[in-house]
Amino acid sequence: MAFLAGAVVSVLLICLLFIIRLFVVVKTGPKYKPGTKDPITVLVVAGSGGHTTEILRLMECLSSAYTPRHYVIADSDKMSEEKICTFESSRNQLDSKTQFTICRIPRSREVHQSWSSTVVSTLNALHYSLPLVFRLKPDLVLCNGPGTCVPLCVAGLLLGVLGIKKVLIVYVESICRVQTLSLTGRILYPLSDYFFVQWPSLRDKYPKSIYLGRIV
Amino acid sequence: MKTVFVTVGTTSFDELIENITTLDAVQALKARGYERLVLQVGRGSLLPTADSCPLIRVEAFRFKDSIAEDMKQADLVISHAGAGSCLEALGAGKPLLVVVNDKLMNNHQLELAEQLHTDSHLLYCTCSTLTETLKTMDLAILQPFLPGQPKNFANFLDRALGVR
Repeated sequence: MAFLAGAVVSVLLICLLFIIRLFVVVKTGPKYKPGTKDPITVLVVAGSGGHTTEILRLMECLSSAYTPRHYVIADSDKMSEEKICTFESSRNQLDSKTQFTICRIPRSREVHQSWSSTVVSTLNALHYSLPLVFRLKPDLVLCNGPGTCVPLCVAGLLLGVLGIKKVLIVYVESICRVQTLSLTGRILYPLSDYFFVQWPSLRDKYPKSIYLGRIV
Repeated sequence: MKTVFVTVGTTSFDELIENITTLDAVQALKARGYERLVLQVGRGSLLPTADSCPLIRVEAFRFKDSIAEDMKQADLVISHAGAGSCLEALGAGKPLLVVVNDKLMNNHQLELAEQLHTDSHLLYCTCSTLTETLKTMDLAILQPFLPGQPKNFANFLDRALGVR
C-alpha cells in the first residue's frame, strides 16, 4: 500500500515538475535570441496544398541566416515536394551556399477523419516526429496549421523541457482564418513563442497574437 | 475574346455549373460582352460539351496541374468560396464573383470570402441569385487586392531572434 502511495506521489511530482518546466520553457521564448551567434536551423512544416503555398511565401523573404532548412511533408503528399524543390532552386540562384532537406512523416489527420482515429494517427505521427526533431535539433519550428505541426511542436517542446535545447515555436495562422482559429491554432496558441494572425478580428480575440497585416 | 472562367477548385459544385450554363445566365453574360465560357468542374457530375450552349463558346475540363493560364486569360472569374481559388483570382488581379454553396453549412472557408466581400475585393451571391447578379452587378466598385507582405514577417523575426 505504502509502495503504491509512493508511486502515485512520485508520478504526480514528475507531472508537476514537467508542467513547471514546460511553463518555464514557453515563457523564456521572447528572451531567446539564437540569431546573434550562428545561422538558424529551421524546421518548416509544409503540410499540404494551400498550407505549402502559404508557408513558401513566408520563406521567400527569410535571409540566408535561416540555414539549413528542413521541410517536413506528409508522406501522402507529392505536390508539396515539387513546390518546395522549385522554390529552393529559384532561391539557390540568389545565394550560392544553401542547404535544404525534405523529410516525410505520416499525416496526423486526413481531412474528414474521425476524431477517435485522429488520436491514434497523431500518436503514430509523434512516434515519427520525436526521432526526427531530436536528430535535427532545430532552433525554430515554423508552421501554419496542418495537423502535422502538433506532434512536431510537441517534440520541439520536449527538447526544451528536457533541457537539451530551446526550440522556438513560430506559428502563422492561415489567411483563411478571419474570425476563428483552426484546431491546430487553438492547440498551439498557448505553446508557441510567436503566434501570428493575419486579420484584426483574430488579434482582438487573442491578445498574445502578433498582427502585422497580411503576410502571405 | 472576352472570357469568363468558372472554377470549383478540388470539390464539385454541379449547381453552379448548371446555373451558369442556363439560357438566362448566358444571355446575361452575352449582354456584358463575354463570348467565351471556360468551366473547371472538378469532381462534379456535369461536364458540359462545346455545343451545350448555342449562344456562347463553351470549354469545360475537370482538373489541370495549374489553372494560372486560365485565370490570366479571363476577364471575369466566377468561383466557389474556397480560399485557394479566391486568393488565386485576386492575386491575378481579376474581377471575382464568388458563388456560395449554401448546401455546405459551417464551412470555415466562407470566413475568408465573406471578409473579402466586406472589404469590397469581390462580389458575392448564391446559385439562386446568380443570374440576377450577372445582370445587375457593378464590377467598378471592386477594390484592388494588394499582396501580403512576407517581408514584414521576416523583419519581425530577424529582430526577435537577434539576426543581424
